[in-house]
Amino acid sequence: MKKEFFEISKLLKKNSKVLDVGCGDGELMKYITENITENVRGLEISKNNIQKCIAKGLTVIEGDAEKDLRQFPNSSYDFVILSQTLQAFLDPENVINELLRVGKKAIVSIPNFGHWRVRLNLLFKGQMPITENLPNEWYNTPNLHMCTIRDFVNFCNKKKIKIDCPNLFYVNLFSELGIFIIEK
Amino acid sequence: MSKIDKVKKIIVEKPLKLDCGKTIKDFPLAYETYGKLNDRKDNAILVFHALTGDQFASGTNPITNKEGWWNYALGPGKAIDTNKFFVICANVIGGCMGSYGPSNIGDNGKPLGTNFPVITINDMVNAQYNLLDFFKINKLFSVIGGSMGGMQVLQFVSNFPEKSHTAIPIACTASHSAQNIALNELGRQSIMADHNWMDGFYVENKKVPDKGLAVARMAAHITYLSKKGLQEKFGRKLQERDDLKFGFDADFQIESYLRYQGSVFVDRFDANSYLYITRAMDYFDLTKQFNGNLSKAFEKTNSKFFVISFTSDWLYPTSENRDIVIALNSISKDVGFIEITSDKGHDSFLLDVPDFLSAVKNFLETSYQKLK
Repeated sequence: MKKEFFEISKLLKKNSKVLDVGCGDGELMKYITENITENVRGLEISKNNIQKCIAKGLTVIEGDAEKDLRQFPNSSYDFVILSQTLQAFLDPENVINELLRVGKKAIVSIPNFGHWRVRLNLLFKGQMPITENLPNEWYNTPNLHMCTIRDFVNFCNKKKIKIDCPNLFYVNLFSELGIFIIEK
Repeated sequence: MSKIDKVKKIIVEKPLKLDCGKTIKDFPLAYETYGKLNDRKDNAILVFHALTGDQFASGTNPITNKEGWWNYALGPGKAIDTNKFFVICANVIGGCMGSYGPSNIGDNGKPLGTNFPVITINDMVNAQYNLLDFFKINKLFSVIGGSMGGMQVLQFVSNFPEKSHTAIPIACTASHSAQNIALNELGRQSIMADHNWMDGFYVENKKVPDKGLAVARMAAHITYLSKKGLQEKFGRKLQERDDLKFGFDADFQIESYLRYQGSVFVDRFDANSYLYITRAMDYFDLTKQFNGNLSKAFEKTNSKFFVISFTSDWLYPTSENRDIVIALNSISKDVGFIEITSDKGHDSFLLDVPDFLSAVKNFLETSYQKLK
């Protein structure tokens, strides 16, 4: 399992109600189901991934987070997870608002565009960076809104969303991935 | 004794008050079963059939000698695995395969015809509930069905919220649309326009409104397919001829195909049953039953739902299936949903569509494991 999933799972409370937005093939949901809480649901856009989730016995709804989160009632989940897909949305701000409406808390992870390797790539090569977390070329990347950890923290502060990120300078330079708990 | 008198049936003694106001009792309900009920009685699945289906979902239908209508999905090792599950399927009331319907004999010794009461999806489901008592099953493992069968799934869970662990409504709707009422009306008018229909009393007059019923079937059959599917299968291909004949014979393969579909249908289906069952579908509006709030229909249930739709189904489109998902989700019920990619139109649920079949199989088997 990806280390990221382990880190995200650590933030969840036992027997809490969890929604995984963009749950992919259900690996994270499966881990959460087996180790933390059985009350987990997923929202996923890829039919192929949904089939994999069904085969794992997971409850997943086919849908697009940009429009289908609307059907979930206010504060109906203790945690809503969004793992590495925020940057791929047309309107990330709207998605964040929806996460915070549906979930009492949201856990968001983002690939950090401020990581030193990314910075060096751009600085010395003069090209859009390609790294493990950002494997695509500029012309075929699904990532429409790349941001750095600092950008994300600034965004939350500006929108009065509670976020905790100590050692921001250090984290922004050395973390390839940012994982945050946010709440209204 | 005709073959149809020999099908398995229970006689429902308990009075059933129909939505139309009439009460029926001591009526027959024909059914078939597949697989074995286990000792814990926790592996039973109730399958609901669609408009022209019957209780013979799998194997060979002993009356028509044709394959069961859900042979792709139901049987040993299949999506609904009869090696694991005990499957019950009943003929709906109003039908013509042994359950109480318009061809039953009335008090005057003649077939009921249009003296048969108008029935609803709710009535069908309430009648079939008696099978749980008959088999002494406290709680079903699943209720499943496509099209009108899906409507029965929704109504069943709403009426008996604690009687099934899981529910799989497929390619259906919670509220029959104007377009679908219109298409059903087309079929009914076709039957009633046939001189041999005789206001519904054709049996005692030794007539069969086969022309009208065949046209109804032809029209309906088109709605079960998709434009793309039709184009790929038939295109403008000609029927056993090199060129157009400048007449009204079946020049095109699609014409010939539809004529064939119409002609075989009249051998196995009763025109009055077609009228009554399409009427029941038209009257189905679960949302209205709950004063415009579909969520209320599911408030009391803890059933785990799995809603399935098909991309090319324009009769019961994904949007209408999604409305069911939204109603469940908005009250935080356990609901999964997938739209299966298929060019086979509404009929996809009856055909060999591997993604559909594997989704059903995986859902049933993983859910059953959790139950244990």
